[in-house]
Amino acid sequence: MARYATTPSQTVGPYLHIGLPWPDGPFAVAEGTPEGVWIRGVLYDGAGAPVPDGLIETWQADPEGRFDHPDDPRGAVARPGFRAFGRCPTDANGEYGIFTLKPGPVPGPGGTLQAPHIDVSVFARGMLHRTVTRVYFPEEAAANAADPVLSSVPEPERATLVARPAEDGYRFDIRLQGEDETVFFDV
Amino acid sequence: MSTDPTTRPAPPAYARDAEVHPPLDYPGYRSTALRHPKRGLRLLPHLLTEVTGPLLGEDRISENDSDLTRQHDGEPQGQRIIVHGQVRDGDGRPVPHTLVEIWQANAGGRYRHTGDNWPCPLDPNFSGVGRTLTDDQGRYRFTTIRPGAYPWRNHDNAWRPAHIHFSLFGRAFTQRLVTQMYFPGDPLFFQDPMWNSIPDEKARERLVARFDYANTAPEWALAYEWDIVLRGREATVFEDEVDED
Ligand SMILES: [Fe+2]
Repeated sequence: MARYATTPSQTVGPYLHIGLPWPDGPFAVAEGTPEGVWIRGVLYDGAGAPVPDGLIETWQADPEGRFDHPDDPRGAVARPGFRAFGRCPTDANGEYGIFTLKPGPVPGPGGTLQAPHIDVSVFARGMLHRTVTRVYFPEEAAANAADPVLSSVPEPERATLVARPAEDGYRFDIRLQGEDETVFFDV
Repeated sequence: MSTDPTTRPAPPAYARDAEVHPPLDYPGYRSTALRHPKRGLRLLPHLLTEVTGPLLGEDRISENDSDLTRQHDGEPQGQRIIVHGQVRDGDGRPVPHTLVEIWQANAGGRYRHTGDNWPCPLDPNFSGVGRTLTDDQGRYRFTTIRPGAYPWRNHDNAWRPAHIHFSLFGRAFTQRLVTQMYFPGDPLFFQDPMWNSIPDEKARERLVARFDYANTAPEWALAYEWDIVLRGREATVFEDEVDED
């Protein structure tokens, strides 16, 4: 059990762009990888305005549903050229883009299977703590319906977690507030 | 509990610590108004994607990344300081080999950012960006310049207390933390909404470094020590217990 109180979160503030972006940040898989897909979107505020001072980070399984991490009880699996982690600041139009591999399904609790998904952290000026959401995939209707996390979200809001197909991958807009507010999770 | 030798511990869940952090809706920080979800957060169980995370290594670091006073031809202006400490989790375990990233204003309180144009000069010898990995005991160490306070437009005569922005990964998606380190005795805390947004006063104090005379570098640099605690684990759960419900 945890015994020490954690350090509180603070906002990334308006100047995150000097500290956090990496030149290769958007490339969760190496640039030019043939099976790579772009996940692009706009981060919007509650007035529908794009957020130009935000940062999107992604974390996910590989196409076989494996992680390169020792806490996965199935064992760590490294995949050359695949970092599984993406990081992209939003630009002047609120746009971000992550180049990655589509993840495979991942075991869930009690013998269930989670649909392919990507965990997303959203940071921005005006946010005192990150918010967390998940990207699911539109062509995975059956797996999505059986996913223990997605199916716990009421139907009308569920759609905010499903990316839309795009020419070079997927589109996943994030709305921090408002009528079509994205579903966010307490992790 | 089963004695079946095939029973493996399920991935550990992390302790939930929402009460420690500032609320996303905090009217004192005006920019939160349009940038906080209003529907409330849904509980996300800690499954495999949440208990794993990027284990970034030496390839993220280059020379002089941990010494912000040596990143240019000349020395930056200001008070040279060492900022060091240990990264642990809530169970007291050091978090070794984890990436620590910092960014900050220069001695006069100005960021090297196109959006920062308050009338204080940039320092050609200071970028204000650092990176390092913790060692095998979870320790990190930067040499930098003590940042200045800076004004902003949140409220009448608003000033940010001097601070250094910190970004940490830990070893799991759940442990990710971005925060700010402050300096002891700063007279600007009382009017700072970032500081005041943290509900518990004792938790605020955990963002304040300790002046560390013992680790000053004589005739070179003052020192501050700041330990960081990332989320710890819940008690270990075994798979067959999970399967029961
Ligand atoms: Fe700042």
